[in-house]
Amino acid sequence: MTTKVIAGNTVDVNEEGFLTNPNEWNKEIAAELAKEEGIDALTESHWTVIDFCRTSAADSGKAPTLRAITSGSGVSTKDLFKLFPKGPAKKVAKISGLGKPEGCV
Amino acid sequence: MKKIVILGAGTAGTMVANRFSKMLDLNQWQVTLVDEDPIHYYQAGYIFMPFGMQDEKGIVKPKKKYIPSSMNLVQATIKSIEPENNRVSLDNGTTLDYDYLIVATGCDIYPEETPGLAEHEWGKSIHTFYNLEGAKKLQQKLQTWQGGRLVVNVVENPIKCPVAPMEFLMLADYWFTKRGMRDKVELVYATPLPGAFTKPIASKMIGDLLDKKNIKVESEFYVERAEPDAKKIVSYDEREVDYDLLVSIPVNKGADVVGEAGLGDDLNFAYVNKHTFLSDKFDNIFVLGDAANVPTSKAGSVAHYSIDLFGENFERYINGKELVPEFDGHANCFVESGYGKGVLIDFNYEQQPLPGTFPIPGIGPFQLLKNTRINHLGKLSFQWMYWNILMRGLHIPLPANMVMAGKKQVTVN
Ligand SMILES: Cc1cc2nc3c(=O)[nH]c(=O)nc-3n(C[C@H](O)[C@H](O)[C@H](O)COP(=O)(O)OP(=O)(O)OC[C@H]3O[C@@H](n4cnc5c(N)ncnc54)[C@H](O)[C@@H]3O)c2cc1C
Repeated sequence: MTTKVIAGNTVDVNEEGFLTNPNEWNKEIAAELAKEEGIDALTESHWTVIDFCRTSAADSGKAPTLRAITSGSGVSTKDLFKLFPKGPAKKVAKISGLGKPEGCV
Repeated sequence: MKKIVILGAGTAGTMVANRFSKMLDLNQWQVTLVDEDPIHYYQAGYIFMPFGMQDEKGIVKPKKKYIPSSMNLVQATIKSIEPENNRVSLDNGTTLDYDYLIVATGCDIYPEETPGLAEHEWGKSIHTFYNLEGAKKLQQKLQTWQGGRLVVNVVENPIKCPVAPMEFLMLADYWFTKRGMRDKVELVYATPLPGAFTKPIASKMIGDLLDKKNIKVESEFYVERAEPDAKKIVSYDEREVDYDLLVSIPVNKGADVVGEAGLGDDLNFAYVNKHTFLSDKFDNIFVLGDAANVPTSKAGSVAHYSIDLFGENFERYINGKELVPEFDGHANCFVESGYGKGVLIDFNYEQQPLPGTFPIPGIGPFQLLKNTRINHLGKLSFQWMYWNILMRGLHIPLPANMVMAGKKQVTVN
């Protein structure tokens, strides 16, 4: 595990750059991580998804899978791919300061 | 008399039944198994079948043969689980009460969940090898196929045996070469993952192997639909992959009854403690094998290792003691790579696959993350071990949890 300075905050991250403690996360960190992932500005739709994932993870202790995000947030899979291109579940987990989704082993 | 009901008599259910028959006093415990299908399938044989390298006889056996005669195996479809009433209902009208319930209903493929897949081209230009019927049909298809673009597509993870699609592709490369038509065949692997495997070191090793065999990887490809007439698959981000022959690994889901009982996630995989397999919701329900939502491979080897430890734990539990959170997610997979060779990977919840030797540190005979003949022989001998040792409940003198000795730390560059 290493530390990294994101938007002026020193946080713990794993080797793939995921925050290891969701409590160290804040909205500025999210914006900065989004930029690293190629998303210039977080819109309201992005936040709907991020908020859903944060709430879901607070409940279950892990980042939700793509399927769980689609059924729980009301945002369609297609729109999720527009908002968070390529791997949306992984990308939104990273931006939301959660671990990598466990769905794929 | 106390009652245990085991749902599913496949790999996990059968191993647990054999374990119980040695461990429990069957004058005090009544154990009943339920399964709708009288046949036990050795599913690892499905990757060889399309290439005529595996006959049907070696992979189908009557379930009954492997269930201890002191136990009752009921052939029926499970209609519902009522955890609040400790009761299971079957489609033949009977209900079974239990003190402890073991859910081992595995998972299955659902091609109808992806538009275009299981329609008029299913079994013609769209195939699967994830069940016996599919593997047989694909064998027939390949016999007369003239070549073209063969695309293997994983619809969604998790799937059972996550290396099987790549094994299929590497065997295809070998088989088409032998038939003198490799130059007429393009092999493509379209996967939702960013690479060949989930964990970096194995992903690089297996990725390089695919590359050497001229198998192209279309990564981060989440299929939205197949277009059976245009012969293409289309992803959610509008990428298109054309095919002449599509070999699909459809969505894998747990049994509906698990979801309907409120035990599972969106794919009907049951929430359990990943070290003990106790259901998160009910303290007399355990879920073993592919049916559980645990972050390790859905594989027979995992079921075997986990049941080794589960057995000891269950004995403690019924004697009023606490469960010990022991199981580490140990998985051990032989990856068949064609030309009589194979790669072995060994890993757990925390530790990704590393190079080294297995099972004896420094000696082997198997070599981890290396493409060798002996690893291939290991894969072949697994079939014999499956029927004659694992399914008979005989003990293998190997540690159930993963061992770091014999493994080498490396970095991916
Ligand atoms: C192509 C392929 C290759 C594989 N290769 C390997 C390999 O090389 N090595 C390895 O270790 N593993 C491999 N596996 C995985 C391995 O086969 C599975 O992980 C293992 O069989 C899981 O055991 P299980 O008991 O959980 O499920 P299963 O063995 O599938 O048993 C589940 C049982 O539940 C029954 N059932 C389900 N629902 C109901 C219901 N409602 N009513 C009544 N009965 C029901 C089914 O009939 C079935 O008998 C492979 C799998 C596939 C598909």
